[in-house]
Amino acid sequence: MQIIFQVLFLIALIAGISFFARNIRRLLRNIKLGKAIDRTDNKGERFKKMARIAFGQSKMVKKPVSGFLHVIVYLGFIIINIEVLEIIIDGLFGTHRILSFMGGFYNVLIASFEILALLVLIGVIIFWVRRNILNIYRFLSRELKGWPKNDANYILYFEMVLMLLFLVMNATDYQLQLNGASYYASEAGITGSFPISQFLLPIFDGMSNSSLILIERAAWWLHILGILFFLNYLYYSKHLHILLAFPNVYFSKLKPQGELNNLQSVTDEVKLMMDPNADPFAAPAEEDQAEPDKFGASDVFDLNQVQLLNSYTCTECGRCTAECPANQTGKKLSPRKIMMDTRDRLEEVGEIINTKGKYEDNGKQLLDDFILREELWACTSCNACVEACPVGIDPLSIIIDMRRYLVMEESAAPNELAIAMTNIENNGAPWPYNQQDRLNWAKEN
Amino acid sequence: MAETLKVPTMAEYMAEGKKPEVLFWVGCAGSFDDRAKKITKAFVKLLHEAGVDFAVLGTEESCTGDPAKRAGNEFLFQMQATANIEVLNAYEIEKVVTACPHCFNTIKNEYPALGGNYEVMHHTQFLKALLEEGKLKVQGGKFKGKRITFHDPCYLGRGNGEYEAPRDLLRKLEVELVEMRKCKSNGLCCGAGGGQMFKEPEPGNKDVNIERTEQAMEVKPEVIAAGCPFCNTMMTDGVKGKNQEANVAVMDVAELIANAHDL
Repeated sequence: MQIIFQVLFLIALIAGISFFARNIRRLLRNIKLGKAIDRTDNKGERFKKMARIAFGQSKMVKKPVSGFLHVIVYLGFIIINIEVLEIIIDGLFGTHRILSFMGGFYNVLIASFEILALLVLIGVIIFWVRRNILNIYRFLSRELKGWPKNDANYILYFEMVLMLLFLVMNATDYQLQLNGASYYASEAGITGSFPISQFLLPIFDGMSNSSLILIERAAWWLHILGILFFLNYLYYSKHLHILLAFPNVYFSKLKPQGELNNLQSVTDEVKLMMDPNADPFAAPAEEDQAEPDKFGASDVFDLNQVQLLNSYTCTECGRCTAECPANQTGKKLSPRKIMMDTRDRLEEVGEIINTKGKYEDNGKQLLDDFILREELWACTSCNACVEACPVGIDPLSIIIDMRRYLVMEESAAPNELAIAMTNIENNGAPWPYNQQDRLNWAKEN
Repeated sequence: MAETLKVPTMAEYMAEGKKPEVLFWVGCAGSFDDRAKKITKAFVKLLHEAGVDFAVLGTEESCTGDPAKRAGNEFLFQMQATANIEVLNAYEIEKVVTACPHCFNTIKNEYPALGGNYEVMHHTQFLKALLEEGKLKVQGGKFKGKRITFHDPCYLGRGNGEYEAPRDLLRKLEVELVEMRKCKSNGLCCGAGGGQMFKEPEPGNKDVNIERTEQAMEVKPEVIAAGCPFCNTMMTDGVKGKNQEANVAVMDVAELIANAHDL
């Protein structure tokens, strides 16, 4: 009988992990649709930044309430995963609490898992209240309507159920040990320490050992199957940040936030224009016959791989949007929506590749079909969104790349901006003043 | 003020076969905007006061290209940058100071990749350095004890991590420095960046400068101090929009220092 469960467990584990691996491969494939960008410099500094911001949660705690709760849930998930390791070994080999050989330390471990599980449960309930009952600005935006809101709630329900299952599993296990049930009880005494689940014992009072075993096994199985399911839900949810936050921070921009990249394709053109020896009528060299680079971005293919990684990492917390001056004053721009749209479009492209083997134009693109021009033009490039993001996402870089497309490929700048640019071109200032009058201020009183 | 300011140009220095220790990059706003010109003059007075050997490019200066770049016109930006770098390099400029955080950010961060490498300072950083070297005396004066809040320019603060230089200068004036609830790395933009200065805002329910002015008003300042000509314009308009111009002044840090000592 036992061996059947071990085999079933092995099948579930392999199925869960291989489906997860398939989705990760798809995710990497989709990210690679973007342009290559070299962010492999300054490894030491990158590791430090990752340690501080992703591992150390330094930006999360800037908002003390949600930051503190998040640290609890984060610690809970990391530490309780040690227990998952034990569950996997027990499941594969039919053992009972294999790590209990650690003795006193094992009791400390189980006790801390239990306390963390309770804290996570409380934290997640408060998160649910914040999302669904309290009127918190960043959870009310239009881009959260429908699936994103449900998705967020499903994740919270999932975490609640997993923590409850964990505690029920421990409580019944403890009761079975107290009852001296075979397989559970050990001659060395009680294995594990149950500071939280002991309070659940009255619920199971008077139950037979066989009923207890049934509940314990059910909780144990649902818990581990739930974890495997959750692992695979990640790819379809906004929750990938629990994995991607680390590489995302690692590959984030190290330069001053105010600095925008210079487009090399433009530099090449400008150099050619400024070169007095360049022959404007020269036929392009053989190797230059390739289609010239597009300026800026109108679709996900034009963005770079870090920008696409950003879109998968975004967990839609909305701290960027809450800090955005345009959004605060009622404009349509929401940096979070920029990230969500980028991911939605990337997923759409990915889905086409999944079914047809390669991307075939479906008549849509990121610009206009997802991100509106009105959103792009509302940005003040103030970097508040970049500063606010707890996982190093840079929505501004996408906005600028899409503006570049609008201006340099479509000549579609708002009229007043086009005039300012003409002025810069003609007289070296955004206003129509002559360059020759630039020093007049020195003579005025 | 009857006397005209002495503002040497690079061309004049060149003609004499000399090089100033620092180039003062005035910027478009500082050259043409009536309000910003006052900031330019205040800063020049401070440079003279501290005996700084400086020059401007004058008619050889042109837009850095910042508004074009942020509006998406990388082409125009690089044209401007390349032309400016040619001028700066021809004069063998090593050090640049500017009273505009946008020029500061662009020349400091975006010119090097195009061949323009200079030590670039924002005027508040430069003034702070003069103070520490003992060349400029800033102490108390007519703003002593006045309630002043500092509005962080995005391209000085978040953009380049400089939050303290302007505040250190204000502390030297012995003002009562009060912080808005959104300040330093959380500071709210004035609404002018990213090319917004030159266009109408998108439809919304409020202008950004009004929102920011309201945040400033919450701390009941006598003066809103700024470090950027564009922020200055936006905050001045905001204060006017609230009919508070008789009670609240919007002044650049350089103006505060110059005025404190009646320069």
